[in-house]
Amino acid sequence: MSYHYLPLIAVLVPMALGLFLLWQGRLGTRATQALGFVGFLVPCVIAVILWKNFSCIPPSDLYGGFAYFGDFDTGLADFGISLKMGINGIGLPLYLLAGIVGLAAGWYALSTTEAPKFPTYIGLLLFMQAGLMGVFSTIDIFFFYFFHEFALIPTFILIAFWGGRGRRTAAIEMTTYLTLGAMLSLAGLIGLYVKFDVQSFDLVQLKNALAGAGAVAFAQDNWYALLLFGFGILVSLFPFHMWAPRGYAAAPTPAAMLHAGVLKKFGLYGLIQIAVVLLPEGAKDWTNTLVILALGNVILIGLVTMAQRNLKIMLGYSSVMHMGYAFLAVAAMSVAGYSAAILLLFAHGLSVAALFMLSNAVGRRTGSFDMGEMGGLAQKAPVLAAFFIAAMFASIGLPGFANFWGELGVFLSVWAFKPWVAALICLGIVISAVYGLRAVSRIFFGQPSKAFEKRFEDTEISDITLGERVPALILLGALMVAGFCPWLVTDSVNTAYGAAPVKACAAGETPVPVQPASVSQ
Amino acid sequence: MNAETIFPSLQTMAESNQWVYLWPQIALVVLGLGLLVLEMLLPRKRVGTLVPAVALAGFALIGVLVCTPLFPTLADSLTVFDGMLLSPLSPGIFLFFIASSFLTGYLSMVCLPRQVLPRTEYFAVLSFVTAAILVLIHANNFLMMFVALETVTIGLYVLVGYARGQMTTLEAALKYLLTGAMSSAMLLFGIVLLYGAGAIKGIADPLNYQSVLQLFKDAQLGAGDSLALCGVALTLCAVAFKLGAVPFHIWVPDVYQGALTPTTAFLAVSSKAAGFVVLLCMLMFSFDAQSLKELLIPLLSLLAALSILFGNLGALSQRNVKRLMGLSGVSHAGYLLLGVVAYLTLGHVSMLYAIAFYLLAYMLASYAVFGVMSHVATNIDDFQEMQDYRMLLEKCPFLGGVLCVGLGSLAGIPPCAGFIGKLLIFICAVQAQLYWLLGIGIFGVVVSIYYYFGWMRAAVYRPWRSSQDSSSGKIPMESAQPSPEVPSVWSRLVLGALAAAVLLLGLFQGSLVSDPANPRQVSSQTSVPQDN
Repeated sequence: MSYHYLPLIAVLVPMALGLFLLWQGRLGTRATQALGFVGFLVPCVIAVILWKNFSCIPPSDLYGGFAYFGDFDTGLADFGISLKMGINGIGLPLYLLAGIVGLAAGWYALSTTEAPKFPTYIGLLLFMQAGLMGVFSTIDIFFFYFFHEFALIPTFILIAFWGGRGRRTAAIEMTTYLTLGAMLSLAGLIGLYVKFDVQSFDLVQLKNALAGAGAVAFAQDNWYALLLFGFGILVSLFPFHMWAPRGYAAAPTPAAMLHAGVLKKFGLYGLIQIAVVLLPEGAKDWTNTLVILALGNVILIGLVTMAQRNLKIMLGYSSVMHMGYAFLAVAAMSVAGYSAAILLLFAHGLSVAALFMLSNAVGRRTGSFDMGEMGGLAQKAPVLAAFFIAAMFASIGLPGFANFWGELGVFLSVWAFKPWVAALICLGIVISAVYGLRAVSRIFFGQPSKAFEKRFEDTEISDITLGERVPALILLGALMVAGFCPWLVTDSVNTAYGAAPVKACAAGETPVPVQPASVSQ
Repeated sequence: MNAETIFPSLQTMAESNQWVYLWPQIALVVLGLGLLVLEMLLPRKRVGTLVPAVALAGFALIGVLVCTPLFPTLADSLTVFDGMLLSPLSPGIFLFFIASSFLTGYLSMVCLPRQVLPRTEYFAVLSFVTAAILVLIHANNFLMMFVALETVTIGLYVLVGYARGQMTTLEAALKYLLTGAMSSAMLLFGIVLLYGAGAIKGIADPLNYQSVLQLFKDAQLGAGDSLALCGVALTLCAVAFKLGAVPFHIWVPDVYQGALTPTTAFLAVSSKAAGFVVLLCMLMFSFDAQSLKELLIPLLSLLAALSILFGNLGALSQRNVKRLMGLSGVSHAGYLLLGVVAYLTLGHVSMLYAIAFYLLAYMLASYAVFGVMSHVATNIDDFQEMQDYRMLLEKCPFLGGVLCVGLGSLAGIPPCAGFIGKLLIFICAVQAQLYWLLGIGIFGVVVSIYYYFGWMRAAVYRPWRSSQDSSSGKIPMESAQPSPEVPSVWSRLVLGALAAAVLLLGLFQGSLVSDPANPRQVSSQTSVPQDN
């Protein structure tokens, strides 16, 4: 069976349903739930199918390492832009991540039927999901950018309309900051397009042009810097992280799950997939700067995270901190580093989405996100406590969850690259254990604090609901599967770099990529 | 020209029946005159509804006919009327201006009934101005250009001062009149200098665009050349007035605020676009005019940089949305000038398409936003503040949605058409190696996010309390804010079509951005800008 159209379908289905829901703003709750569920389920199913099928694709069907190739003209062909869909080993784990987190966030959103203007809410989230499915499955770097920005207006509206406290400032701050990063990286991408002079935004053709040119003939430094800082702002590289904690704290939970869990990974994915590959010299020149900034992420932001009292803001900072590991893995510039970074992104996306959802569940029960006003919640909601603790353990990086392998890989690759850096970031593990465990103890154990006491005694505090349980199961299940069998995620990355997979696929042959000549529809 | 040469050329004109090429312009003038006659013939009660309907129908009919084979095409000759006019450009460019007038007419049907004002004259003047713009973009001779430009400007004086009961309108009309007169004077002075320089060099027919360019073909600057350069600079000033580029933007905020909203939209789109088309027509053959390029590239770069910076930074602090649109329009002129500079530097035809696409995206998004403004505004047209948009998405989801799409496109965010426009312009800038202008452009985009999304936030944001007790389903309406009037079916059609076009062009551009006949053409040969 040919899967060439599936990546496009995974984009079009949520987009079409999203548009329909925006159009039909007064649809009934049941109908909205049904349509929304289809819109979130289809991409997830497609992602799983494509992931499962990926290792068995014969090399002749690959387009420069990209499977499921499809080329669709949108009228910009004269500028070398056309909607080229395809997934390679680097994008595959993140594509799967987008599908899984999308389904979890979608399920959670669909369960909150009390949200005002429910159909519009779901429609905007579906629009975000369409962008997410596009980002990791396109070969054309124009559309790579396009799909990322696709979600910007929906995110803005979601925060400004459905967001929590502080959304008035957060919405503008986040949008302006992200636009700055996006515009810088756009300038960098245009620079690549013009400098390589192949009249194409096609990543494969750009790579071939690079291979043809040999040692590169133009100043890579400046263009790499544009991409590094542009993408860096999007992934909250220190010191450009200020938008993240407040933005995520103010965003409605499903939007925060999608953004922190998936969309933010765009920047690092861009660095690994595009910048380092096309501008290796520039990447080398900027390694030291990147290491220092990423250390700022891990150590400084780690300390800042420890000082937070607000649960959601703490999670925002912790996600900024964990991005530092991924940046360091990229700075190591080794295959082990890249595959560790991708695995860490995959694991972090799942765990941070779970944490955002569960912390919102906690906040709904305690009436506040201030950890000083909680305590003893495990007595009333033991299952919720179990889920939350599991997610927090995953985030800290305990074995059994995918995060462990990701962080281990990062440490190993960084050790091979610069041992003193690896020694420094070991502090990060301690820091995340401190804030993670302290948060757990403050929220769930001990006695309720003074501010929470009255509510704790007087009102009925329910345990985890179905709407919260299913997404948590999906996310934590995926984390544990990847935690016990990490090769399920990393194999595709290794094959993308030409290394042998841990487990050969069913047909018994090892797909060898890098065969750009065969372009088949 | 003396008598012996005039008569034979008049004779050829008559024989070759060149008036045919002007039928769209003639039809527009006839439409305007017809409206005036209609007002006399119709019963007084019906005038208010029938005349606008006839005007819009007329615009639509002419717009449709322009797209048919009736549109005159002239393959063998570049100019008609003995070099006075360029032979008709593409039908798309006509359609652009006629559609813009149609939309202005539609917005005034929404706005005018709130004012105690006569209706017929507005539409009549609008058709005359449209006809004059279509002559202006055709002009191939500075004299012709001057006459057409004056006709446009005089018509706009009337339109700007139309709501003469408002204080701000009076101020706007006076300011527009004074600055307009000054720009006309500068243009005329520039033309005189060019004429003189041409006469010194003994160039025949010294006011044609092509023969003026002859002045600059020599690498060495001669005796009359400083005269000619002054002439060019002064002409450029006059065009910059039309574009609203810094430092000739000084009239923009006040005039945009004082004029009625449809007039503001017309100024923002048609008047600006006409300026760009004229600029490009003048520069179309300038590739070997080295000394001209040496003068113009730094000048235009400066104008572009200043316009982007001033427009965006000035719009930051605006709370009056009409002034905000005016200043943001200044910045859009800057982006377009960036494209013009790139075109002058390299002369790729694809850059003309970039400029044309940007204009098209700008027009669609501007009319979407101005359309929402016309509906939200009350009978006080000149003080439309951002706070009037509070909770628009809540009160009228349709208008709120159109506003979000329009503003998103103006800000240049995918998947709106404005993003593709900005992208193409930025590609041009990198190709022409205008890195510092590109940097300023990026800075401008980031700044513009603040005010465009700030406006959007005003429409989207809900007070905190309402989401706390959302279980009751009731959102407390602020009584001080009157609900905008419910848009009629026609408004929904027009605004919906605009928003849909913005989104569609953002996702699929078809053949709008490139010449199907010459893909990836990198030549500096003659080509005309196309807007369709």
